[in-house]
Amino acid sequence: MRALVIDDSRTMRRIVSGTLHPLGFETHEAEHGRAALDLLEGGLDVELACIDWNMPVMDGLAFVVAVRANPAWRHITLMMVTTESEHGQIVRALAAGAHEYLIKPFTPEAVRDKLDLLGLLPIGEHA
Amino acid sequence: MTRLRAGARETDLTAVVEALTTNETSWFRDTSPFTALRSPVVPALLDARGASAHLRVWSAACSTGQEPYSIAMTLADALPPTATFDVLATDLSEQVLARARAGRYSQLEVNRGMPAPMLVRHLVRAGAEWEVVPHLRSRVTFRAHNLLDAPPPGGPFDVVFLRNVLIYFDLPTKRAILHRVRQVLRPDGALLLGAAETTIGIDDDWARVSVGAGSLYRPLDAGSVTAGIPAPRSAAPWTAPTPAVPVVPPSVLTRGAPR
Repeated sequence: MRALVIDDSRTMRRIVSGTLHPLGFETHEAEHGRAALDLLEGGLDVELACIDWNMPVMDGLAFVVAVRANPAWRHITLMMVTTESEHGQIVRALAAGAHEYLIKPFTPEAVRDKLDLLGLLPIGEHA
Repeated sequence: MTRLRAGARETDLTAVVEALTTNETSWFRDTSPFTALRSPVVPALLDARGASAHLRVWSAACSTGQEPYSIAMTLADALPPTATFDVLATDLSEQVLARARAGRYSQLEVNRGMPAPMLVRHLVRAGAEWEVVPHLRSRVTFRAHNLLDAPPPGGPFDVVFLRNVLIYFDLPTKRAILHRVRQVLRPDGALLLGAAETTIGIDDDWARVSVGAGSLYRPLDAGSVTAGIPAPRSAAPWTAPTPAVPVVPPSVLTRGAPR
């Protein structure tokens, strides 16, 4: 499976990608929402996008809205991965079309739990 | 353990238990028991009891409360407004029960297996932590209980969650615990075990029913003594119950066990 990791911090992209690789994901990275949309418009097909909220150029919420507006991308599972932890922010992201919401800091097990809930773990990797 | 069973002082016992017990837990741990609760368990119970049923669930070995609160969240979402429920949550450890009663969890804890839509519906921020909403907390009663003792009051139950705890006991003890659970589970009720656990080869009085990736267990009619309620002879509510057929020779599973 393929995942797109969107975060303006290279370190954080590396951490998120590093938790996905052992779970069978090939990862692609983008430093903001616009760069991620460019990859998708360029033909990159992914099953999962892990999305930071606060980024320059295009933030994570705007990216979620843009992906949900295009029926061709309906199959992409969207998971926010962010330090934004207010109740209202989570509600906003879900209302915009995010499927899951993981709050930083997180453990690799928490990523696994979320992917299990989303049905994105390969056989034999269930928690 | 011999000394504990022989009746060591309560404080000793509590201290040893706190040290020995692993309280590693996450919200919808394994996911499949909660999926099974949502369907087929709840719809079948509503069919049998009517839309204004009151369902009772026992969460045994509930640790810091994630399991009973996950059960309460599932029922709150799955039941019609006319139906009601309560959850009895028991654990050996007073320390974890105190945490469970508070219903407060750190950010790291709510990250573990809690679906975001459930989080925003059933928990609110409390400073740096999250707190289960009072309405849901009021549906769960916590009580200290040892699975080696008689079943707790509050039954009979429609559903019993007994997950990842049988593994700590020897075979005769597992069998005795399952017998006691049968005493307080309604004849059309459901038992949910941990993903790596089964009644097969331990206690033949259960039928395994496959549900998605997991299983649930229902008491077989034969010899059923369920808190004075006679076992129904009518069709069981579950579809296609599978007889408890061991997947490996029983001799392997029950070696050394009294028959």
